[in-house]
Amino acid sequence: MPELGRAALVVALGLVAYAALAGGYAAHRGRRRLLDSATNALFAAFATVGVAALVLLAALARYDFSFSYVASHTSRELPLGYTLASFWSGQEGSLLLWLLVLTGLGSAAVALNRRLVRSVLPWTVPILGAVASFFAVVLVFVASPFATQVAPLDGAGMNPSLQNPYMMAHPPLLYLGYVGLTIPFAFAMAALASARTDERWIVATRRWTLASWTFLGFAILLGAKWAYEEVGWGGWYAWDPVENAALMPWLVATAFLHSVMVQEKKNMLRVWNAILVAGAFSLSLFGTFLTRSGVINSIHSFTQSPIGAWFLGFIVVVVSASAALIIFRLPVLRTHTRLESLVSREAAFLYNNLFLVALALTVLWGVLFPLVSEAVRGVAVTVGAPYYDFFAIAFGLPLVLLMGIGPLIAWRRASLRALGESLLWPAGVALLAGGLLLAGGAGSKPAGLIGYTFAAFVLAAIVLEFVRGTRARHALGSETWPGALTSLVARNRRRYGGYVVHASIVILLIGAVGIGGFGTTREAKVAAGESMSVGDYKLTYLGSEEERAANAQEVRARIAVSRGGDELGTVLAGKNRYFAEQQTSNEVAIRSDWLRGEDLFVIADQFNGDGTVYLKVLVNPLVNLLWLAGLVFVLGSLITMWPDAREQRRLASRFAEEGVLVRV
Amino acid sequence: MELVALLLAALLAVACVAFVARPFLAEPETGDDSLGQASPAERERLRLLEDRDRALAALKELEFDHRTGKVSDADYEELVGPLRRQAAVALQGLEPARSVEAEAEAGDKVDARA
Repeated sequence: MPELGRAALVVALGLVAYAALAGGYAAHRGRRRLLDSATNALFAAFATVGVAALVLLAALARYDFSFSYVASHTSRELPLGYTLASFWSGQEGSLLLWLLVLTGLGSAAVALNRRLVRSVLPWTVPILGAVASFFAVVLVFVASPFATQVAPLDGAGMNPSLQNPYMMAHPPLLYLGYVGLTIPFAFAMAALASARTDERWIVATRRWTLASWTFLGFAILLGAKWAYEEVGWGGWYAWDPVENAALMPWLVATAFLHSVMVQEKKNMLRVWNAILVAGAFSLSLFGTFLTRSGVINSIHSFTQSPIGAWFLGFIVVVVSASAALIIFRLPVLRTHTRLESLVSREAAFLYNNLFLVALALTVLWGVLFPLVSEAVRGVAVTVGAPYYDFFAIAFGLPLVLLMGIGPLIAWRRASLRALGESLLWPAGVALLAGGLLLAGGAGSKPAGLIGYTFAAFVLAAIVLEFVRGTRARHALGSETWPGALTSLVARNRRRYGGYVVHASIVILLIGAVGIGGFGTTREAKVAAGESMSVGDYKLTYLGSEEERAANAQEVRARIAVSRGGDELGTVLAGKNRYFAEQQTSNEVAIRSDWLRGEDLFVIADQFNGDGTVYLKVLVNPLVNLLWLAGLVFVLGSLITMWPDAREQRRLASRFAEEGVLVRV
Repeated sequence: MELVALLLAALLAVACVAFVARPFLAEPETGDDSLGQASPAERERLRLLEDRDRALAALKELEFDHRTGKVSDADYEELVGPLRRQAAVALQGLEPARSVEAEAEAGDKVDARA
């Protein structure tokens, strides 16, 4: 039923355009019923986009190749899970997912804050409607997922590198992150448009921002896991432009999550926060543009497409309109509060913001430079890993240090003596760790040594914060030690959840330094029965075997693995040749040792006619800490986001005094 | 199949139009159709409420940091005074409004009884 899908999208376009235009008029002239009507249009748009999404899903499930999209991205032999996941593997489907998530999250945010939106931030509805209108226009006029054709006997299949379980989760989570950033953007711009620059938009969007940031961060890590297993070069992050595209809004959103606390506590940085919200949203659009326009050669950019110019135009409109609004409202945004001391928590947040934004801008320049160079000089230039690595270290190490120092400094101002006393233990632990590492031979990698020393410092600072807080609560008298710890976290979820997130970043750092600085690689051509050694592993090639899977011919090298004389079993590494797609993919073998945190990573790159195989083997130390960091990150975010009944009662009482009810 | 799809699409469009028009259908005539703008006095009150909450939260945080040893006794003595004053100023600013509200409420009750 492509007609139903097309019609649903046209109706959705009409609805979101109405939400934008009628909502804008209602907000400008203060018309209550018209604003309610525009709000209903936004809700209805979610339902109609949902109908369009169901039509596409049904076509995918039935392998209806009369849909050009289905024929281009699936084949009869593609397993059903991947077939349904191809909803977001192509451009048109992923844009439909964008619109579905946008209208869904937008409707939920407006519904949960309806009284606030109606009485304080009426511009929220037209702004959400305007953003949704752009995607609806693209879907209706430029990249429809409901284009039809004479059905071929079979489809073209799915890009083999997408046929990985992580592909089912990575893109939707990424989109939840990208699209979720629209909510704080819409509320912030609505606050500016209404000249209501008090902190209610922050309270209303706090959890939305945190959730989007968590989705984005976790999706980046899932993408890294996908790349690690599927792309098969042995690394986890290659500074691919599209990986960077997701990293940039995450970095800016991270800066915002920190600086917004300064606004809440000290009524400072209001202009800066508005810039960060607009920046994070614009970068999320830029990320979608990079992924979908085909402007950059990347594993993610599957097609050259006509939507690039549309996206670029929309990004220009968003950036210009946001900048104009912020400049127009500067008189009401500016506050007279100043930093009381350069040694204070808010100053630490400011430094952290500068490093985060500097890192994001450096990455942005690295992504843009090849495009600018090609457009201006006609010369194709590649910005490689050394550029990114240099700035990641230059800005990343001070950031890590600040993660340790910041929590130990009090708000407003701290005397150097008090700070010195607080830093004593973490600094001692860091020096001890650095000394031990140096003695253990880690001095050959200075950046790694500094990274690990800083990591020890931050972890010690986090432990110290928990210990001091628990001791203070226990000293109040009525609680046991575990009870004191629990109530400490429960009463200060944002602070202690934040510390858990900091711990996850440190764990990630330890893993990244391990794999980047202390890994071992060996390559060799081996015949059946021959062995090669990598680190303390010994690998013996036993022979090759072939098998026909549902949609591919699989060839594998069987390799016996031993360490220190102990047999660890066999691994299978090889290649898949996909029938429908006429493409070959590397299928690496990964043997994880969770106790040591390391992976044995085997690539069978070339099966020769004489029975030999070319093996590339890596020992990736501490790589599993990267994935553990993802779980700790989600745990910390959940603690931070978990509803706090005391906080809700306090806000409810305040908003009751103000005469406005807001869900938080 | 095409006809069924078009009928479903038409049904969807009609349902959406009805839903969008609902605020006007449910309330065809209304005395007050305005969104209600906050007066300058209300905005000032909101500012004072935020100031009060910010100062009280800062005091709470300062107490906790002092208990955990992050803030020395000397720093605590220096910081606690201005924060208390800030909270007091905000509370003072809110008092007249509260009194007026209380008087108005009391007046309404008296009128109702009369």
